[in-house]
Amino acid sequence: MAYRHFEFIEKHAWTLGILTAVMVSLGGLAEITPLFVQAHSVKPPANVKPYDPLRLAGRDVYVREGCYLCHSQMIRALRFETQRYGHFSTAEESLYDRPFQWGSKRTGPDLARVGGKYSDEWQRAHLLDPRAVVPQSNMPAYPWLATASVDGTDIAARMRTLRTLGDPYSDADIGGAAKAVQGKTDLDALVAYLQGLGIANEPQPAQTAGTSPVPIEESSP
Amino acid sequence: MTSTEYYNDHVVRLFLLASAVWGIIGMLIGMYAAAELAWPSLNLGISWMTFSHIRPDHTFGVIFAFGGSALMGTCYYVVQRTGHTRLAWGGLAEFTFWGWQLICVLAMATMPFGITQSKEYAEPEWFIDILIAIVWVSFGAVFFATLARRRIHHIYVANWYYGAFIIAVGLLHIVNNLAVPVSLTKSYPIYSGVVDAMVQWWYGHNAVAFFLTAGFLGMMYYFVPRQAQQPLWSYRFSIVNFWALISIYMWAGSHHLMYTALPDWVQSVGMAFSLVLLMPSWGSAANGLLTFNGSWHRLKSDPAAKFMVIALVFYAAATFEGSMMAIKTVNSLSHYTDWTIAHVHSGSLGWVAMITIGSLYAMAPRALGRPAMHSNAAMELHFWLHTSGTLLYVIAMWIAGVTEGMMWRATQADGTLTYAFIDSLLAIKPLYAVRWFGGVLIWLGMWVMAWNLWYTAADARKRIIKPIPVPIPEPVPLQTPAPLPVSG
Repeated sequence: MAYRHFEFIEKHAWTLGILTAVMVSLGGLAEITPLFVQAHSVKPPANVKPYDPLRLAGRDVYVREGCYLCHSQMIRALRFETQRYGHFSTAEESLYDRPFQWGSKRTGPDLARVGGKYSDEWQRAHLLDPRAVVPQSNMPAYPWLATASVDGTDIAARMRTLRTLGDPYSDADIGGAAKAVQGKTDLDALVAYLQGLGIANEPQPAQTAGTSPVPIEESSP
Repeated sequence: MTSTEYYNDHVVRLFLLASAVWGIIGMLIGMYAAAELAWPSLNLGISWMTFSHIRPDHTFGVIFAFGGSALMGTCYYVVQRTGHTRLAWGGLAEFTFWGWQLICVLAMATMPFGITQSKEYAEPEWFIDILIAIVWVSFGAVFFATLARRRIHHIYVANWYYGAFIIAVGLLHIVNNLAVPVSLTKSYPIYSGVVDAMVQWWYGHNAVAFFLTAGFLGMMYYFVPRQAQQPLWSYRFSIVNFWALISIYMWAGSHHLMYTALPDWVQSVGMAFSLVLLMPSWGSAANGLLTFNGSWHRLKSDPAAKFMVIALVFYAAATFEGSMMAIKTVNSLSHYTDWTIAHVHSGSLGWVAMITIGSLYAMAPRALGRPAMHSNAAMELHFWLHTSGTLLYVIAMWIAGVTEGMMWRATQADGTLTYAFIDSLLAIKPLYAVRWFGGVLIWLGMWVMAWNLWYTAADARKRIIKPIPVPIPEPVPLQTPAPLPVSG
């Protein structure tokens, strides 16, 4: 391009501003638009359900306490990851996660499939005082979780908001929310959430006609 | 002949002060968070002092409060001088100052108490996000209105970067924070799962690109030639780098999600663009460094220039490292480890903080009506504290990150994993203490800067001498950039 065209841009603030806005928009449009289209065409698998009231409360405690700053919830498709943490994470599993909690740093281990790996008692003791259970741990203690109780009407309001965003909660689900969390503490809710991670929504081997399902361990390299 | 108008440096001085204060606060929180990783009982069982509650305060404090104040202050300073005009809409400019400070205080007072969206670098809840959008649009209005009343026809390149920074950050902020509130203190994003992840890292990566890179490059393109006292090495090269940088950066966000549930093609596109991105990054760094050609002797006597040169070296190093870390194979090792922390801090402490400090030292005496900073020795001390602290920090975290990556993937001959997760934590724990100590040195350096600024502003504070308003020179008629060589 001849220099005089550049010169025009360099002397006209509006042209410069508009061209800048166009150039910075291209990348995002190219990468995010297809994901939107895809997200709307994909139906959730039968085994992936929105969080029940107690687990939703627990998830919001997880979000509030900032657990994502030290724990990921995204097992990458790498052999040493699946060996340590289980089947790699899939897109469907975080379908109802607002916000997503994949994380970016592991000061502690991945939690995507931590559900059922430890007992409820272990989880409680560990959250209240991690070094009582794992002496070398550098995780902070979260003693205040045991004393804060979950607010039933607040959870119902949260479920209504999630329904407006498209999560399939029924009136009965929302109506029963207050009862489901009655008398529960933040600690109960968080443990319920952690114990459900990777349990209910672990991908099942595909059933195709004529072949028996192949266990993941054998099919991975 | 001079105009009767004067530059509006009042709002610049306010931002200068705010920047120094937020720098000390943000880095203090970072230091405490680093200490908690080494000595976990330091949260004292108090929720708002716990690592996971104060880490967003550290990142918001240093990026948006310290960096943001420095960017807005220098932006107002530069756009007036490169346009030979007074800031447009002085009242609105004052509003952007108080609005931004209110946002910083509100965000940092709510996040430790669990009022957070828990999206990295976009933690403040919806009502603060709305305030940010309002102040940001006002900031853009002041900037572009000043540009519109400029008396130099040609728009200097520093303003290009500041302009791109304002446009892109506004766009990123609004798109990433779209949410439906449940109550004043809780909202849910309109995106979920994979889409939320992609939008978030498009934002997260480009907050780095446009807040921490384009904005600070604007600062660099004005203050480096000023401090080297000679013109930019190549003006044309800076323009080429500008278009390449702003268009390529936006494609690279997906390199934060390698090997995840994000569709594979998006990961590959992110990796390819991250590699291409090295060229404009190194182009900008080279342009800045070569501007010092023939002027290197200034480094002996001028600590501000020294800060700028080391900042450019760190910029080149961190962008090279970033492109390498975006290669899938390297990323499989580095992701989730402290290598990421090392990379971010070589960029933020090495590049962002150093170009800011260098520019503040260059700008402060001029904005405060003094011939020079109060103490040259103090600037020298600050330089060495900051450089040694940054090196200690970054090297400790590099070693920690590679150690973690290697231990997580180590397998024995029979194919089983060699180490439990806790083994990797035990191996790197001493390095967390080293990192904390590096942070202490940097923080002490910030106090040295605050002391120096305080005494540089002494006359202005006592009103013995009011800050000397800088008269605006009349532009040279028909000013155009230097004619280009016919060939080569």
